Amino acid sequence: MGSYTYQRFRYRTPDELAGGRPKRRPVAIVGAGPVGLSAAIDLAQQRVPCVVLDDNDSVSDGSRAICWAKRTLEIFDRLGVAGRMTAKGVTWKVGRVYHGDRELYQFDLLPEGGHKMPAFINLQQYHVEQYLVERVCELPELIELRWKNRVTAVEDLDDGLRITVGTPDGEYHLECDWLIAADGARGSVRTLRGHRFEGQAFEDKFLIVDVRMEATYPSDRRFWFQPSFDPGESVLIHRQPDNLFRIDFQLGRDADPDVERDASRVMERVRRVVGPYVSCEFEWCSVYTFRCARIARFIDGHVIFVGDAAHVVSPFGARGGNGGIQDVDNLCWKLARVIRNEAPARLLASYEIERGRAADENILNSRRTTAFMSPGSAVERQFRDAVLELAADFPFARALVNSGRLSQPCDYAGLPGMAPEAGTVTGVMSAGAPCSDAPVMRADGTPGWLLEQLGATPCALVFVEGEVQAARAEADGAACGIRGLKVITVGAHASRGTGFSDPQGLVRSRYGGAAGVTYLIRPDQHVLARWPHCDPHALRAAWDAYRRYDEERVTA
Amino acid sequence: MSELRGADGFGGYGDEFYERLVAAHQGLSERQSGVLNARLILLLANQVGDRAILAQVLAAARASVSPAPEAAGE
Repeated sequence: MGSYTYQRFRYRTPDELAGGRPKRRPVAIVGAGPVGLSAAIDLAQQRVPCVVLDDNDSVSDGSRAICWAKRTLEIFDRLGVAGRMTAKGVTWKVGRVYHGDRELYQFDLLPEGGHKMPAFINLQQYHVEQYLVERVCELPELIELRWKNRVTAVEDLDDGLRITVGTPDGEYHLECDWLIAADGARGSVRTLRGHRFEGQAFEDKFLIVDVRMEATYPSDRRFWFQPSFDPGESVLIHRQPDNLFRIDFQLGRDADPDVERDASRVMERVRRVVGPYVSCEFEWCSVYTFRCARIARFIDGHVIFVGDAAHVVSPFGARGGNGGIQDVDNLCWKLARVIRNEAPARLLASYEIERGRAADENILNSRRTTAFMSPGSAVERQFRDAVLELAADFPFARALVNSGRLSQPCDYAGLPGMAPEAGTVTGVMSAGAPCSDAPVMRADGTPGWLLEQLGATPCALVFVEGEVQAARAEADGAACGIRGLKVITVGAHASRGTGFSDPQGLVRSRYGGAAGVTYLIRPDQHVLARWPHCDPHALRAAWDAYRRYDEERVTA
Repeated sequence: MSELRGADGFGGYGDEFYERLVAAHQGLSERQSGVLNARLILLLANQVGDRAILAQVLAAARASVSPAPEAAGE
């Protein structure tokens, strides 16, 4: 009946229950949602094998997370799946905010050009998961995906973990060095390990509905405060592929979920939004409340929590799914190096510190949005309404209208290991910032994107003038002794090998790329350090300080 | 850092401002006066714009009514 055909993935009796010899795994991932699957692919691309355990045998039931942000798409691109996603998804970058029937303002999430990925796409979570599963299937030597495998216990060993797993064929044990808990807000690992979400629960109930219809609605995100067409406090509409529309109704505190879930009542509401003449079909709905909360520590011995298993937010701002994928991006290159003995295990502390900051940012933004959408007291409502009324005439008040502050990557500036500036480099990205994309061109005239060149390995991005300087930068990179370092030179003309030219001048302007300027870029495409000149000793020192993650040393 | 102004900042127009402030509420119901106050505060706050000053103004006003609750955990 629906627009998407759910595939049941085949359960296979695990080796442990089929008489095979049990083997210890470097990594077990619990949860085959977008976050767990991304982690598996990211590790596999770094030649780290893993097993993924999921208690279900299909992709997400319903569209759920639909808004995927630019930074997430850049990560998906590194994982080899962004092309399919952007081809299928609905691209958008403008949000429109209404009060009643009046449009208050619009915001543009990516006003400048010169980026490979769009500001946002809307794509149902089941499509995202399907594409990720298909990518996993391209890496069969490295990833074993086990459906209908439910984790029921996680015990500590001396230097690893012993997991108890329930299956249709009975129970078995699996040993691993590390466990990534990506089993979501209701996941079992957090509970099994005795961690609790700390934060705030909100009383307002929301109804999300997917309807299928032929409509000429724009791709823009549209949000109404006190809409004229619905008795609720707010309505949000997103366009999805397959002629699906997501409508999110704020029902208020006293709504009864069982009553509101009723399909005919839901369609009455939808009818008031879309008008009487559009033919539309009900596809899926869910009534929910939410929390803005996190667990205190993301690392518990050899168990690492990522995504919704570690932190939860409201859907307004699309900070849940996007935050989770960005957790994976931060974690996997570090975990791969720890497993390969190229870095001490304490490097993983940087994951907890950096993604802890990201979670706090997401929770803060989400909480502020919720407060604005659901004023808690008479005076709070008075200020909220004053903002909405003033916004019609005063631009400053539009900036206070908060219908969701959409997901932005976290800047790790000032956290341990992010080298302080050792000179003057212009450009907004200092140590800790996510790298900006820009168009580049190879010596043979092939166009490409800067971010396609960065990632997976540490990179030195060196701005050069002429072949001699480019050759010296490459020699410096080779001499500095950072394992796997890739040197990328950018100049007016591309040099042979790893050299790029900058056809629109955007790399140089975004990075303050005067000749000599050098960036050391982490495998997750965040700046680790930058200097006005290329110095192999400085490169090596900054990388080693971070890799060793000796907190006293790196903060000194 | 900016300092909250304790001394007269009206430069001689204090009486006039006070009269205008009260006059602005004339003929309004209590509810409407509440609405006016909320909008007035937002307009004034935007005009001040200074993060530190605004924080001090809020703290000083609150302290003059009753002690502030514990910080919201940030």
